[in-house]
Amino acid sequence: MGTTADSVRDRFGFLAGIRDRFEGPNTIGNSRPFWIGFAAVLAVLAVYPFLPFIGTGSQLSLFLVLAVLGLSLSLVWGYSGVLSFGQVVFFGFGAYTFGVVSINFPDATGITGAVVAGVLAGGLGAALMGYFMFYGGVRDVYVTIITLVSTMVMLTFMSQTAGSAWTIGEAALGGFNGMPDIPLLTLGIEGVFTFQFVFNEMQVWLPLFGWNEIDPFYYLSLVAVVGTYFGLRALVNSDFGRVMVAVREDEDRTRMFGYDVKRAKLLVFTLGGALAGLAGVLYAARNVYIDPTVFELWFATLPVVWVSVGGRKSLLGAVIATVSIEYFRLSIGGDWALVVLGALLLVVIVALPGGLVPWVDRQVRRLDVFGESGEAPDPGDAPDAAAEVSDS
Amino acid sequence: MVNGLNLAFQFLDSFAFIVLAAAGLAIIFGIMGVINLAHGEFILMGAYGTTLAVTKLGLPLPVAMGVGALVTAGFGLIVERTIISGFVPNWLGQRTIGRDLIDPLYDRLADSMVATFGLSLIMVQGARILFGNSIETVATPLGNVAYGEFSYSTYRVVLAGVSIAILVAVYYLFTRTDYGMRARATIQDEDTAKALGVDTERIYMTTFAVGSGLAGLTGALFAPVLSMQPTLGDQFLVEAFVAVVVGGPSVVLGTALSGGALGLVNATVTNLLDSTTFGRIGLLVVAILALRFLPEGITGFIERIRARRQEGE
Repeated sequence: MGTTADSVRDRFGFLAGIRDRFEGPNTIGNSRPFWIGFAAVLAVLAVYPFLPFIGTGSQLSLFLVLAVLGLSLSLVWGYSGVLSFGQVVFFGFGAYTFGVVSINFPDATGITGAVVAGVLAGGLGAALMGYFMFYGGVRDVYVTIITLVSTMVMLTFMSQTAGSAWTIGEAALGGFNGMPDIPLLTLGIEGVFTFQFVFNEMQVWLPLFGWNEIDPFYYLSLVAVVGTYFGLRALVNSDFGRVMVAVREDEDRTRMFGYDVKRAKLLVFTLGGALAGLAGVLYAARNVYIDPTVFELWFATLPVVWVSVGGRKSLLGAVIATVSIEYFRLSIGGDWALVVLGALLLVVIVALPGGLVPWVDRQVRRLDVFGESGEAPDPGDAPDAAAEVSDS
Repeated sequence: MVNGLNLAFQFLDSFAFIVLAAAGLAIIFGIMGVINLAHGEFILMGAYGTTLAVTKLGLPLPVAMGVGALVTAGFGLIVERTIISGFVPNWLGQRTIGRDLIDPLYDRLADSMVATFGLSLIMVQGARILFGNSIETVATPLGNVAYGEFSYSTYRVVLAGVSIAILVAVYYLFTRTDYGMRARATIQDEDTAKALGVDTERIYMTTFAVGSGLAGLTGALFAPVLSMQPTLGDQFLVEAFVAVVVGGPSVVLGTALSGGALGLVNATVTNLLDSTTFGRIGLLVVAILALRFLPEGITGFIERIRARRQEGE
C-alpha cells in the first residue's frame, strides 16, 4: 500500500519538477487544465493529416514555420522590449544561407550543414547588428527604425543581385527573381542514415484513422514550433528570463541593480536572430525557393502584426495569432480579404491593446471555470495591464 | 560620369522627394508620437484625388491639387476622431454601455503602428477595388529644361522650390501662430498645457488633420510624375521615417537638414556609381550610421553642441 502511494507521489513530484521549469509569472497557462488542453491540442495536431478533408498538412506546415518567426519576435519584443522590424532580415539571412550552402553541397550531409549554417547566419547577423546598436547606446524607437531601414537595405540590395556577378560557388542569388532549385531538405549523414522531409508524401497507417497520405515536413515544422515554444517558456521563466523582463519594464533601474543591460539585450537579440534564421531555413526548404519579397515592408510588418494581435507578452499568443492570421490571409482569397484582415487588426488592437490571448486568459480567470482559485494572479495581468502596454 | 549639373538636379530631386515625403509624417510622428504606417496611403489618397479631379471633373491641375490635399485632410480628421483618439467609438460606448471603448493611441508607438497598418491594408485594397490596378495619369506640366545632351523635367525642379516653401509655411505655422504655440505647449507638457486652458483634444485633432493634409499635398504634387497605382505610397514611407528620425527633435529644421544631407548622399552615390539602386542603399546606410552616432538626430546634436558652448561661456 505505502509503496504504491509513494510511487504515485514520486511520479507526481517528477512531473511537478518538470512543470516548474516551464511555469512562472512570465507565461500564460500555468494550471493543470491548461496543460491538459495543451496536450489535447497537440494530440489533434499530431493526427491532423489523418483528419478527413485536410490533405497532407503541407499548408499548415507553412504557418507553423512562420510561427517560429513570430515566436522570435515575441522573445525580442514582448519579453525584452526591443521592437525589431529586422526579424525578417535574419529570416532572409537564414533562408539565403541555406540556399547557397545546400546548392553547393547538395547531399544529405551538406544540406544538414546548410541548416546549421542558416541558423548561425541568422544569429551572427543579429549579433553584429545588436552589438552595433546596443553597445552604441541606440534605444527604443531608434532600434525600430534602424531595423526597419536594414530590411529596406536588404530588399534593395538583394533585388539587384541578378546576373553572373552575384554567384556564390554554384548558387546564383538571382536578384528580383530569387533563387530557385534549392535542393530538397534531406537530413542525416550521407551513407549512414538520411531522410528526405520535403516532397516526400508517404502512406502511413494509424489505428482508428487507417491509411493516409502525410507530409513529413509537416511533422518537422510541428516539432520545430513545439520545441521552440517549450525552449522559450523555459528561458523566460528562468533567472535570465526575469532579467529580460526587468529590462523591458525599466531599463535604467535594471542597470542600477547591477545587471548588464546591453549584454542581456544582445544575447536575446542574437537568440531571436537565430530563431528567425531557423524559420527562414525551414521556409526556404519548404518552398524550395527564396526571393527578396521576404525583405519587403509588408512582410517585415507581418511579425509585428501577429505578435501584437496575439498578445506580445505571450508566447502562446504569438503562435496562435500567426497561424490564424496567416491561415486567414492565404486561404481566404477575393478582393475583400485584405480589407477584412485590415479591419480585424484595427479593431483588435484598438479594443484589446494587450492582445487576444492575455485577454482570453483574464476572462477565463475571472469566470474561474476550472475552479482553480489556488493559482495566484499574474502580476503582469493585473487589470491595469492595458495602461502599461504603452511603449516608451 | 559625374556631371555637375546632373548632380545638382539629382540633388534637388531627392531633396524634394525626402522633404515632401516626410513633411506630413514629421508632424504626426514628431509631435503626436503616432507611427502612421498608413502615411503612404494618405499620399496615395492625395495623388488619386488630384488625378481624378483632373480626369473626371476636368478641373485645372493646381485646383485639383488643392482638392487632393483637402480631401486627405478631411479623411485624416475622420481617422483621428475614430481610431487615433477614439472619440467617436467612446461617444458611442458612453451612449450604449456607459463606458469608454478604447484608449487613445497617442504615444503608443507599437499599437498605433499595427492599427495604422490595418488601415493601410484597407486603403490599398479599397483603392484597388474602387479604381482597379491603375488609373489614367495626368501629363507632367511645364516641359523640360535642356542642357547639352541632357534634359530635365522643369516640374521636378519646381518641386524642390515648393518643398522649401512648405517647410517655411510649416515653420511659420508652428512658431508664429496661436495654434502653433498651443501645439508646442501640448507636446512639451500636456497636463500643464491643459491646466492653462489649452484644449489639447482639439490640438491633437488639428495637428493630425494638418499632417494628413500635408501628406495629401505631397501626393498631389507627385501625381503628375508617378504611375497611378494603389501601391504608390510604399516608396515614400521608409524615406519619410528615416528623414524624420535623422532630423531629430526640432521637426522642421531637422527635416530640412536631413533632407539635405540624405539627398546629397543619394545624389552623389547615384551619380558616382550610375545606379539608383546603390543611391538608395547609400542613403539608407548613411541613415543607419547617423542614428547610431547621432542618436538624437541632427538637430539634437546641434542642440547639445550649443548647450555645451553656453556652459563654457
